[in-house]
Amino acid sequence: MSTGTTKLDVVVSDVVPVNDLVTRFHFRRRDGGLLPTFSGGAHVVVEMRDSDRTRLNPYSLMGSPLDTREYTISVRRDDVGRGGSLFMHRQVKPGLEMVISYPVNLFSLDLRAKKHLMLAGGIGITPFMAQTSQLAAAGGNFELHYTCRTASLGTYADVLQQRYGNRVHLYHDDREQRIDLDRLLSSQPLGTHLYVCGPAGMINWVRHRAAALGWPSETVHFEHFAAPQPGAPFDVTLAVSGKTIRVGEQQSLLEAMEAAGVDPPYLCRGGVCGQCETNVISSDGKFIHNDHWLSEEDHRSGCKIMPCVSRFEGKSLVLER
Amino acid sequence: MGITFRKETFRDDYTFRNSPEHIRRFPFPFNEDAYMYTVNIEPHVVGPKGSVLENLIDVDEHYVAEMQDRALVLAEDPLRCQSLPHMTLAGWDLLELLMEQQALGYPEHFTLERDGDRWRWINRPLGIDDTFTFGDTSTLPYGPMEYITRQSQGDFCILDQRDGNLWMDAGMVTTQADWSLDFDIGMNFFEWHAPVPLAHEKGIFTRALKFLTNIQQGKPARRLNWTMTINPRLDTSPENYHKWGPDRATVTPENVGQKVHLRVELQSFWRLPRSNAIVFPIRCYLIKMDELVTQPKWARRLHRVIRDLPEELATYKGLTRYRPTLVEWLSRLDDGSPTSPGFGPD
Repeated sequence: MSTGTTKLDVVVSDVVPVNDLVTRFHFRRRDGGLLPTFSGGAHVVVEMRDSDRTRLNPYSLMGSPLDTREYTISVRRDDVGRGGSLFMHRQVKPGLEMVISYPVNLFSLDLRAKKHLMLAGGIGITPFMAQTSQLAAAGGNFELHYTCRTASLGTYADVLQQRYGNRVHLYHDDREQRIDLDRLLSSQPLGTHLYVCGPAGMINWVRHRAAALGWPSETVHFEHFAAPQPGAPFDVTLAVSGKTIRVGEQQSLLEAMEAAGVDPPYLCRGGVCGQCETNVISSDGKFIHNDHWLSEEDHRSGCKIMPCVSRFEGKSLVLER
Repeated sequence: MGITFRKETFRDDYTFRNSPEHIRRFPFPFNEDAYMYTVNIEPHVVGPKGSVLENLIDVDEHYVAEMQDRALVLAEDPLRCQSLPHMTLAGWDLLELLMEQQALGYPEHFTLERDGDRWRWINRPLGIDDTFTFGDTSTLPYGPMEYITRQSQGDFCILDQRDGNLWMDAGMVTTQADWSLDFDIGMNFFEWHAPVPLAHEKGIFTRALKFLTNIQQGKPARRLNWTMTINPRLDTSPENYHKWGPDRATVTPENVGQKVHLRVELQSFWRLPRSNAIVFPIRCYLIKMDELVTQPKWARRLHRVIRDLPEELATYKGLTRYRPTLVEWLSRLDDGSPTSPGFGPD
């Protein structure tokens, strides 16, 4: 059974610089039709054809789910990453034909919530752009707390304040403004659900404090796509397909498998959905686990790896692929 | 040309019949001469012309009669249709799906006109022509799920997805094989499957849940399930057990062909776009033994399947009481010759 998504043929209809680091991309269907409806928190996987290599990166949809004439994503430039964001910033111009996946939502609103409390850090604001549009249209109760480095890097802070007024609270690092998290979490009405999207440190901090203050885990939702990290090249033997591959410095293990014609299923490519989970047959070396899917026990055991984000250092690695 | 809808009943005088064309398109669920649970899920894609898979939402000659029977069930017991408060958005998703699919597959019977959120829905077999505002419940005579499922064959369960599980939080269930929405409402996937024998030991539900929570928009899936029913009764609910349970003691060698029905469920699974919920339509097809055995391959195979069915499954499916009578009746149609591979008749 294939669990991948259907693809959409789109054309870039607009490219809008938002600030020094972030650019927004608009996609429309090449055939002029409407795009599929989506729910706030959904992402699409964008295929980037960069000469001889293809990168597949997930980005949250940030437009209103009520308007499916176009999809919009915002991409933060990462000068030391693996090049996906640089490709988007430098190569993608209006009129370029691209392929994206159907929307997938791994960060869904819990519609039972009496109130939605949202915490965003930096570019983690994007899924909340869509979720707040969806909730506002339906008269939903939400409150957004948004931390950014400086006012000029507060992507869409102005738009959000204009739309939602005092339901939006801003915190600027350069002004030493901090969320008083314990007070915030302790003063919420019953039935509140908490959503957090931002850097790993922020997500861990919020989850930890929420747990310590007695929030049931079912009410705490988070999304962190770990972008695959570059690292030293390593060799892998794929036992099922009988291939030996090299994973390049700027390549993920999943991308290296795909380049060799082996196609594990995937949805998020960011270590959260669990689709590409792969059994380790044997290994001699050290795993660098970067996923949010496997348990700590799985990480310690060395029996499984998430090839979308995790790497390996050592003599040999044999996978059941 | 369109479908000629039958006038028939699923209660009292039981005038339900399949036309010869509908016998041949019956979704016979056995592709070999034995049956055991498997995770028999496959992509829900359009199948051959003339089969029940010709359209992803099937409308057949029983449509009007089934909708009348549903209205009777709801009039007696409104709790067959329930939707928890957070499921209204999913109800709109389902309304869109069913209107679009029925209009696409059967344009002579159904028309959907969309102008922004102003929608007009024409259902000619039921004489409905309504204009409403999509998303505004006050513009429909019922909630969105109830409105459209009073006009769509099959039961519908809407499953909310959260905490890595699926929750039975809304549904329209009037043609069920002995389970109750009113009992299961709010339960999660493992809770409502608790009564099923054997499958837990095989880890089937854990794998099935993993698959279902990963169903993607635009990529529905399906499976077949089956049981047997005495008399062509759609509403075999626990609430009405006193009305249909005793029928199982009325099977005799003389009336097997007319009384005993194979009941097949075409279950499909769809991701809903706005709510991120899963809708699980359970479409029930009935065929009486006299109709089924007009296809000799099906007669031979059904004999072997029922004869060799593990006792736990026969008990769970409620066949115990009349199984010997049925097997004896079917055995006369089984000369022992081989059956061809696949589901279809020869």
